[in-house]
Formats: sequence, structure tokens, C-alpha cells
Amino acid sequence: METFLGIDYPTLWYLVVGLLFSGYAILEGFDYGAGAWHLFFKKDLSRRIAINAIGPLWDANQVWLIIGGGALFAGFPVMYATMLTAMYIPFMLFLMLLVLRSAAIKFRSAEEMKWWRKTWDVIYFTSNILIAFLLGVVLGNILQGFEIGENFSYQGGIFFSFLNPYAIMVGLTTLSIFMTQGAIFLLLKTEGRLHARLTFLLKKGMIFFILSFAFTSFYTLIYLPGVTDNFKANPVFFILPILAFLAVANVPRLVSKKKYAPALVFSSLTMAFLLMLVAFQLYPVLLPSTIDPVHSVTIYNAASSQKSLGIMLTIVLIGAPLLAGYFLFLYKTFHGKVKLDDTSY
Amino acid sequence: MDVEILARIQFAFTIAFHYIYPPLSIGLGLIMVFMEGMYLKTGNKQYEVLTRFWLKIFAITFGIGVATGIIMEFEFGTNWAVYSRYVGDIFGSALAAEGLFAFGLESAFLGILLFGWNRVSPKVHFISTIGVFLGSMFSAVWIVVANSWQQTPAGYHIIGEGFNARAEVTDFWAMVFNPSSVDRIIHVWQGAFLAGAFLVLSVHAYYLLKGRYVEISKKAFKIALSLAAVVSLTQLLSGHSSAEVVAENQPAKLAAMEGHYEERGSADLYLFGWVNDKTQEVTGLKIPGGLSFMIDQDFEAPVTGLNAFPKEDRPGQVNAVFQFYHIMISIGMFLIGLTLYASFLWWRGTLFDKKWLLRIFAFSVLLPQIANQVGWFAAEMGRQPWIVYGHLRTNEGFSQEVSSNQILFSLILFLVVYTLLFLLFMYSLNKKIKQGPYDEAKNALEII
Repeated sequence: METFLGIDYPTLWYLVVGLLFSGYAILEGFDYGAGAWHLFFKKDLSRRIAINAIGPLWDANQVWLIIGGGALFAGFPVMYATMLTAMYIPFMLFLMLLVLRSAAIKFRSAEEMKWWRKTWDVIYFTSNILIAFLLGVVLGNILQGFEIGENFSYQGGIFFSFLNPYAIMVGLTTLSIFMTQGAIFLLLKTEGRLHARLTFLLKKGMIFFILSFAFTSFYTLIYLPGVTDNFKANPVFFILPILAFLAVANVPRLVSKKKYAPALVFSSLTMAFLLMLVAFQLYPVLLPSTIDPVHSVTIYNAASSQKSLGIMLTIVLIGAPLLAGYFLFLYKTFHGKVKLDDTSY
Repeated sequence: MDVEILARIQFAFTIAFHYIYPPLSIGLGLIMVFMEGMYLKTGNKQYEVLTRFWLKIFAITFGIGVATGIIMEFEFGTNWAVYSRYVGDIFGSALAAEGLFAFGLESAFLGILLFGWNRVSPKVHFISTIGVFLGSMFSAVWIVVANSWQQTPAGYHIIGEGFNARAEVTDFWAMVFNPSSVDRIIHVWQGAFLAGAFLVLSVHAYYLLKGRYVEISKKAFKIALSLAAVVSLTQLLSGHSSAEVVAENQPAKLAAMEGHYEERGSADLYLFGWVNDKTQEVTGLKIPGGLSFMIDQDFEAPVTGLNAFPKEDRPGQVNAVFQFYHIMISIGMFLIGLTLYASFLWWRGTLFDKKWLLRIFAFSVLLPQIANQVGWFAAEMGRQPWIVYGHLRTNEGFSQEVSSNQILFSLILFLVVYTLLFLLFMYSLNKKIKQGPYDEAKNALEII
């Protein structure tokens, strides 16, 4: 098997996919999170400011989902196909909600009528909450494993089996971490009374996060057998949960000092460390089979050919700096507090 | 209904709906580059007003295009799992390149394009417009490459058997430049330019008929007409070249496009007609030997007919393929005539005096849209029964584990949400057109 820097190609691609989904979680985390607070703002102007805080950024942030999905399809087509058939209903709902959310952003402020804006506000708020929740639900299902049989065929339940207690727990935790991230982002983008209101809301968000995080962590350790196997085999990786814990603890500290930019960095790091934790705990499995571990989808049996992975790694090496450049320029351009003008939503 | 049919209906519906928007974004993108370029070059404020006006409409088409496009990306996995595993190795790298090179570019610059007027200099704004336009062009490249590979696979080998069979890349560039990609990319680009140009022509023809925004509408009309006139002609060339590739690589598809069953000394070219699949006869107006001439420049040259293929290897809906293909060509010819005549009047200086012509232009926005849709229908239905030509059948490619109820459920969801989306699109498009590029009562003196 071909390697680069001593790491085999499927593992490298696993890292690429992990990086992309971390980027997605961090960036869309504050997008969805900001939207999940939407109905907590009472005034129409506050709601407009909140939408325009992500206005120029959300479309670009969404690129991470598109590239992440593409990377999964490209590098691990078996994982992509099996996961999407197993998670058919949650994914379809997720996609539908994404469409509704985009429509809400575009059309909400296009009319003055009260009923119009109120309807879109409810759609926007609900879709953001459900999108965050469903992403967590899918992650929760992956952690528990699927009934995968021969030829990677999914043999589990069809309609509602994705809504199990553990998945709901991970869903709520994801929602809470996104809401924390979103509130911190909005604090950076707002002033005056809305800013004051957000400091109050952020506290609630952090309590929601810490409670659901603690609960899910204990539940995982107690009820999911084998989650610590990889860590026991490589104790040095215990650094990941420790780092995750430190990042989590650092967020309220920085918030209480009103250092919102570093707080956003640490809440982003929290997500990154937690995802690394999950990635390391699963590795090299992508989708555990609950029928027989032989049928589990792993980065090796799901991977594209060496040749194809090599091509794609080259594409990433060329494309990633370009993408980083675009994003730096975009975020630099829209740095600072929201100012509404005639081009705003 | 069975899973295969439902999955096909769902794919056809979601992709056809999606394809209303990206061509408009590509075409409008190019026209905005012209408009903003003219503004920077001449400093004439009218061009800035035009750019800003069309940017508002672009924002809507782009937004809906992205939202409905993400669904396509995941629908392969949900509904076409076997196909996804089969082509992932090949299709995947095109999709990844699309995301990284094309979509990253267009989406990052979109924010600056839409909201950056007061934050960046006019030059940087213009560069962003170009960035978004190029991004949308590249996007089309990778998507069409992937589809073309399904039509004319190259640079690969097949490993494994049955459900474990997969295509793997052996030569990346042969895969990218497979026999049909270049012709089809150009054809798709030009179809998109026409879609955008005719929207601009239509809206400004409407203004001219109403006597509103006359000065700037004449400018915009001329920009769009120049593009439309050139591209409708070059589209004929690229269409012809594309058809030659089909004749060489997918003879069954070509035969279906012309309803050509029996290989004879000379094959006919129909202007229009109706195919009876049972009697294998076409009733219509034809040029005897025309098809032979188009392919081999010889009225007597034999052309492979459908009967050369076993029944199970031919497209099932010959008449549909025939009709879609001929509607596309008829529209293309009409657009050539329309734009050439309008260009002639422009040269004579009487373009804006002919109300009836402006009326035709006002409605003509639908034509490139229809041509784009039916062209794709002809291409995709003509490829049947294959999902990957010659290798994987459509009835083997869908998700084996998914139930018809799941697909029905999501299909109904799509129908509801997309209907809503389409109504919103039409409503806001109409509103933006009614509002116009600027407030005439207030700003008339300042701008003109």
C-alpha cells in the first residue's frame, strides 16, 4: 500500500474528511447556532441584524458540507452509499430543512408584512434547530453502529429507528454546542441591547451545553462497550479527551472576561477535539456493524483505489491553500460589527 | 410502484428543477461581467445601475441553485447506492474537484459580490464578479465530466463482480477528457449563456414595450443580443460536433434520436415527426439521406440502426428521445433566426421600433430553458438502459436496501418544498422586475 510521510492513503483521506467535517462543524456551527436563537430575539431589527451577521458568510461556509460530502463520496464511496441508505430519512429531512433555511434567509426580509416575516422567522428558527439536532442524531447512530450485513447492505429499521435515546442525546449535545458557538459569534457581531441580551442568552446556552455534554459523555462510557479500546491501546491519545475538557472549561472563563474572539476560538477547538475523539475512537472503522464486526465498513474496505486517492490528495494539496486564501479574504472583508445597508437581507 | 421507477422519477424531478437555476447563474454571471466591465471602462453610471439590478436577480437564481444542488450531491448515496459504490472511484474525484476548485471560488466571492459594494474597491468588486462567474463555469466542467464519463467511459478498469464490481481510475486525464466531455462542456456552457442572455433580453424588451427605463434597457438589450446572436450560432456547431461523438460512441442513442431502426444505404434526417416503435416507422418531414450526410458527409453512407442492438440494450422510449432531441434543435434554429434578424435591424438602426419583435423577445426567455431541459432529457433517456454506458444498467444501480415508501415519502417532500420554492422564485423575480433597476420618479435626472 502506498504511503506519504509513513501514513497510508486511506488514513490520510480519513484525516482530510475529518478536517473538512471539523471545518463544517465550526463554521456552520455558528451559522446554525445563531439561527437557533432566532426567536429569542424579540425585535424585528434584532432578527435582521442576526441574519445579516451570517449574511455574507453562510453560503461560503456551506461549501464545507459540499466538499465534505464530495470527499466522502470520492474517498470512501462504500461509506457514503451505506450511510446514506441507512440514514435515509434523517438525511432527506436534513436536506429539506437546508432548502427551507436558505429560502428563509433569502426571502424573510424581502417583504414588510408582519405575517410574512413571522412565518419565515419560525421556519428559520425551527430549521436551524432541527438541522443541528439531525447532524448529531446521525453521529449518534454511527457511534452505536448499524445492522450491516454482507456486501455492506443495511438491514436495519427503515423509518423511525434513527430516533433512539442515544442518538437523541448526541443530537441535543450537538445543538447545545452549536448554540454556544452561535451566541459567541453573534456577540462579536452585535452592539447595544442585542449584545446585552446575547450575553444573557449565552449563559443559558453554556449551561445547556455543559449539562448535555456531561450526560452524553457518561452515558457513552457506561453503555457503549469498546469505546475506550483504541485509547487503551495507545494511551498517549488520552491527551484528546483532556484537551477537549480543557477547551470546554476555557469557554465560560473567557466569556466571563468578555474576551469573545478567543472564546470563539476555544469553542471551535472544543468541537474539533470532540470530533477527533470520535474519529480516533472509531478508527479504522467508519460504520461499525452490529451484526458482525466482519461486515463493518472500514477505511480500507470502503476506500477508493490507491490511484484515485493519490489523485485526490494532489487535488487537496493544490486546492486547500486556494480555499484558505478565499476564506481569509472573505472574513477580512466582513470583519467587525454588522452594518445594515440597502444590499442587506 | 417499484423502487427503480420511483428513484428515477425522483432523480428526474430534482435534477430538472435544479437545472432551471445554474444555467441562469452562469449566463447572468457572464452578462454581469460585461456590464460591470463596461462600468469600470466608461465610468458610465448606467452600467453600474444595470449590474446592481441584475445582481439582485442573480442572487435569487444562485441561491436556489445551491440549495437544490446540495440535494443532488447526497441523492446519489440515498437512492443510487449501488451506482455510487460502482462509480465513486471516478465520479468522486470530479465531485471533490468541483467542490474545492469551483464551488469554493464562487461561494467565497459571492458574499463580496452581494454585500461588499461599500467594503471593497470597484476593481476588487469586479474581480469578485469574475471569480463567481469563473467558479460557476468550472462547476459545470466537473459535473459534465462526471456525466460524460457515464456516457463514454474512458481511463478506467472494472474490478470485482456482481454487487462488488467497481470502476477504478487508471488514467485521470483520459477519464477527464473522455470522448464526449469537451463537446458537452461547451454545449452546456453555451446553453447556459443563452438562458442568461434571453432572460436579460426578455426583461429589457418588456421595459422597452412599457416605455420604462428606456435608455439603460437599450444598453442592456444590446449587450445580451450580441452574446445571444454569437452563441446561438456557435451552439449549432457544438451541437453538431456533439452529435458526431454520439454517433461514434453511442450509436443506439443516435439511432433513437432520429428514430432510425434498420441499417440502410442511407439514413434520413427528420425536421419533425412521430415514431411508432411497434411498426418501426417515423411519420414526418424528412431530408432523405440527411443523417448519413451529417455523420459521414455522404448521403449514401450506412448508419447503424436500433435493430443492430438486442431489445434489452436499446433505449426504451424511442419516441420520447426523438421528440426531446427535435424540440431542442427546432428551438436552436428559431433562436438563430430571431437573433440574426434582430442583429440585422440593429445594424439598420430600427431594432427598437419593431414592437412585435420586442414582444417575441419578451416571451423568448422560456425557449432556451426548454431547450436545456429537453436536451438533457434526450441525452439521459438516450443513454438508457445504461446508467454507465455498456457496464452498469439503471435497473442495477439503485439502492437495494431502500423501500419504495421511503422514496415516496421523500418525493412528496420534494414536491411540496420545490413547489413552494418555485412560487417564491417567480414571485420575487416578478417583484424585482416590477420594481425595476431604480426609482424612476426619484432618480431619473441623476442617472440619465
